[in-house]
Amino acid sequence: MSFTMVTVSQLNRYVKTVLEEQKSLEELYVKGEIASLSRPTQSGHLYFTLKEGAASVRAVMFRDYARGVPFEPQAGLRIIVRCTATLYERDGQFQLMVYDMQPDGLGAAHLALEQRKERLRQEGLFDQARKRPLPPAPTRIGVVTSAGGAVLHDILSVLGRRWPLATVVLSPAAVQGENAPAQLTAALLALDKAGGCQVILLARGGGDAKDLEAFNDEGLARAVAACRVPVVSAVGHETDFTLCDLAADLRAPTPSAAAELVAPDVEEIRDRLEAAVFALEMSMQTVMEARKATLTSLEQKLLRNSPQKIHQRNGQRLDFLVRLLTNAYKDALGRKISAVNSLTAALSRLNPAAVLQRGYSITMRDGALVVSAGELGPGDLLTTRLGDGMVRSTVTEILAEGEGAP
Amino acid sequence: MKKSSTFEENLARLEEIVAALDDERLPLEEAMKLFAEGVKLSQGCGKTLDEAKLRLEELSLPMAGNEQ
Repeated sequence: MSFTMVTVSQLNRYVKTVLEEQKSLEELYVKGEIASLSRPTQSGHLYFTLKEGAASVRAVMFRDYARGVPFEPQAGLRIIVRCTATLYERDGQFQLMVYDMQPDGLGAAHLALEQRKERLRQEGLFDQARKRPLPPAPTRIGVVTSAGGAVLHDILSVLGRRWPLATVVLSPAAVQGENAPAQLTAALLALDKAGGCQVILLARGGGDAKDLEAFNDEGLARAVAACRVPVVSAVGHETDFTLCDLAADLRAPTPSAAAELVAPDVEEIRDRLEAAVFALEMSMQTVMEARKATLTSLEQKLLRNSPQKIHQRNGQRLDFLVRLLTNAYKDALGRKISAVNSLTAALSRLNPAAVLQRGYSITMRDGALVVSAGELGPGDLLTTRLGDGMVRSTVTEILAEGEGAP
Repeated sequence: MKKSSTFEENLARLEEIVAALDDERLPLEEAMKLFAEGVKLSQGCGKTLDEAKLRLEELSLPMAGNEQ
């Protein structure tokens, strides 16, 4: 047998931990009647007891949650709270930390809604991956809302100022009341089918949670998700997200905000146009300047090859060739002259007259050269040629070689 | 709605022309043709912007005719 001894604070901390480990106590819906309610103005938290017959449990709702309660809680009211069961450690007080409360009756509807929401979420209807980007500059903007209401007026005034290039296609429907879900769904389907719009706004003015019911309709939420073009929901409630908000491609807090989201500002477009016009003129100027530069350079090339220039260049070339030719002729002539001179000298060395000058003579008879003494006889008339003239003589005697020599 | 192309398409075409004109190999005749088209587009776009007025159409619903 063993026992554990602990201090009070240890015990309280331990029990608190044990309670907090219970997943089943983490998110509970508890039904009961409000008793002994207090809301100290200083903290703004809401303290009350939840009673059911003889049983009761303490409950606290912190200021930030209490602020979101869309009705006035009061003693005796039957409610359903969404809460965590835990321990207030200091006092060892078992209590509920309340996040949300609904009047009972409506509470059932709320539960059903939560379950529906969860089911659609599981189905993937609200997946971020399903969300489509909005068209940058829609020409036709569909609006599903009540005709002639302030909501339509707000949307038209924002779009008229920001994006007057568009046409707004209104598909009217009641946004509250029994027929609202069916009318909204039909209006949305008709608009998607026949409106020729690039984006659709599903809009409603602000109001209390009960008026939002139509936008929690499962059929409408599915129609929103199935739309061929992006849908922006602008149901106009800051805190509650309706099924339509979750199924839409984008949720806007108010109809005016939705109108701002679906269209660009015409001033931005005007800036873009001006930038394009400026760039157009600059580009064209650049094109023209580039062509002008090309033209100038071609002109210069052309002038360099004009007929005059070609003629001039040819003349220079001709002069050059003539000079070459003249030089070549002169050289050739000089060579011929020296050749003639040397031949003349050689020739003069072989001239018989020069031999005669040296003392030799030529003897002829009757015009024929005499080369042998035997040819002659006494009485023959001879002509002898000497270096400087000729003599005639008569043969007196023929002598043999060596005879009569001195 | 006599124009077949939207304002946005015209503006995009204008920006395309500006980009095309930056190509130095573009023949001059082509460049001048593009420039003329660009000027016409820019004037058209400007006119559209100046004259733009939000229009409202109402879709008549076959189902919601007997609204109470």
